[in-house]
Amino acid sequence: MSRLITRRKVITTALTALGGASGLAVAARLAGRYGLIPPDHTGLYGAGETLTYASHRLLTARGSLAREFRRDQISNVAPVNGPPPGDYQQLLGPGFRDWRLDIDGLVARPSSFSLADLHGFPVSRQITHQACEEGWSFIAEWIGVQLSHVLNIVGASPSARYVVFYAYDDDWESIDMADARHPQTLLAYGMNGGDLPAGHGAPLRLRVPRQLGYKSIKYLAQMSVVDNLKDIGDGSGSSAPGYGYSWYAGI
Amino acid sequence: MAMRTPANAVPLVPPKPVAKVDNLRVRHSALVRATHWLTAASLIALLVSGVAILLAHPRLYWGETGAIGTPSLIDLPLPFMLTGQSGWGRYLHFLSAWIAVLTGTVYLVGGVRAHHFEDDLFRPAQPAKYTVVQRVTYAAVVFVLFPLMIWTGLAMSPAVTSVLPMLVTSMGGQQSARTIHFIVASVIVLFVVGHVAMVAFAGFSRHVRAMILGGEESASEVQT
Repeated sequence: MSRLITRRKVITTALTALGGASGLAVAARLAGRYGLIPPDHTGLYGAGETLTYASHRLLTARGSLAREFRRDQISNVAPVNGPPPGDYQQLLGPGFRDWRLDIDGLVARPSSFSLADLHGFPVSRQITHQACEEGWSFIAEWIGVQLSHVLNIVGASPSARYVVFYAYDDDWESIDMADARHPQTLLAYGMNGGDLPAGHGAPLRLRVPRQLGYKSIKYLAQMSVVDNLKDIGDGSGSSAPGYGYSWYAGI
Repeated sequence: MAMRTPANAVPLVPPKPVAKVDNLRVRHSALVRATHWLTAASLIALLVSGVAILLAHPRLYWGETGAIGTPSLIDLPLPFMLTGQSGWGRYLHFLSAWIAVLTGTVYLVGGVRAHHFEDDLFRPAQPAKYTVVQRVTYAAVVFVLFPLMIWTGLAMSPAVTSVLPMLVTSMGGQQSARTIHFIVASVIVLFVVGHVAMVAFAGFSRHVRAMILGGEESASEVQT
C-alpha cells in the first residue's frame, strides 16, 4: 500500500469526490421528486431516517401486504398504553351518536361522516400483528372500511401526497399516499368481532399494519388531505417527532 | 550530463521515511483500518441505543406476540423505562445500523477484492498471522453474528416482512426475532470484551497504533 501522494492519486480522489457529490445531489433531487424523503429528514438523525424511509418505499413499491394470521392466533391479551383522553367521554353522546369524522383539504367533496355512515361502507377485516415501539406486541382482528374507499368517496385530489389525522386528544399523525391507498389501511371501528373498545381508540382509529402501533392513531376526529406537511404543526408530519419518535415507523 | 554524478545527487535528496514504508507490507490495510474504526464507533452507538430501546420493555418472549400479561421467556433484571429513552434510541439505532451496514458492505467487497478473507482467515500463508481460534472467531463474527443481527433486525420490521415474510417466519415469529436479536447482540458484546482484553494483554498501545497507522508486518510473533 503506497503512502506517496502522487498526481494520479490526487486526480482520482478529486474525481471520485466530485462524482460522489454530484451523485448525491442527483439522488437527493430524484428522492424528493418520488416522495422518498420523510418530513423529519433534518437534524442529526435525518440521514438515517431518509435511508430507511426511501429503501422501504422502494422495497414495498408493489404494495406488499402485511402478514395476516389465523383466527386461532388472535392474542388473549391486547394491552393499551394510557387511558382515553379526559374530556372525550363527556364530549360524546351514548353510542357515539353525535360523533363525526370531518374530512377536508384537497378533496372534491368535504364531508362529515357519522359512525352509521362508515358502517354503511363495504366492510374490510384483517387479522394482523401490532407491535408497540416499546417492544411488546399482539395479534388482533380489525374491522372497518378501507381508507382508500373513503378517499374515493370524498374525491381526494391526484395531487394529494399525505393524509393527516387529528384525534380527540391533541395527537395528530400523517401517512403518505402509499400507505393511505394501501388495501390493508383501515379506518377501524371494530376489533375481535365486536365494537372497538374505548382503550383501543373508540369510536374510530386508523390501522396501518405495515408500521409500528403508534402510527395507528386512536380517537379520530378529523382527517385532512394535503400535498405537503410543512405548514402543519411544526412541519415534522405528526406529534410523534415532538415526543422524540420518528415520523416513519415501518422500522 | 557528466556533472550529475550519483555522488552529487544523493546528499541533496535526504532519504524519505515514507519511501521506506512504501516497500513494507503493512499489517492492516487501509480498508481494514478504516472499516474497523467505523464499525467500532457504530457498534458503540448500536449498543447504547439498543439498551435505550430495550429498557422500554426489558422482557423477552418467544413466538409472534408477547406483552405484560403473557408468559415471558426471559425477564431481564432491568427497570422498565416507559418514556423518553426509546425515541432517540430508535433514531440513533437506525442511523448507526445504516453506518454499520454500509461499512460492512465496503469491508466485504474490498476484503474479497484484496483477498483479505482468503489470505488472513481461510487459507493463511504459513506462518499464519492469526491463530486458529482467532480465525474461527473473526470468521464467525463477520459471517454469522453480524448477518444474524441484520436478519433478526429486519424480521422485526412490519414493512420489510410484508415483502419478505420468511425473514420472520424462519425465526419463529416477531418476538422470537427480538429475543434472538438480543442474544446475538450479547454474544457480540462478549466478543468485543474478549477482543479488547486480548489486545490489552498483547500490548495495547502498539496494537491500537497498528490499527490506526497500519503497523508493520511481523508474522513471527503471536498477534491479536
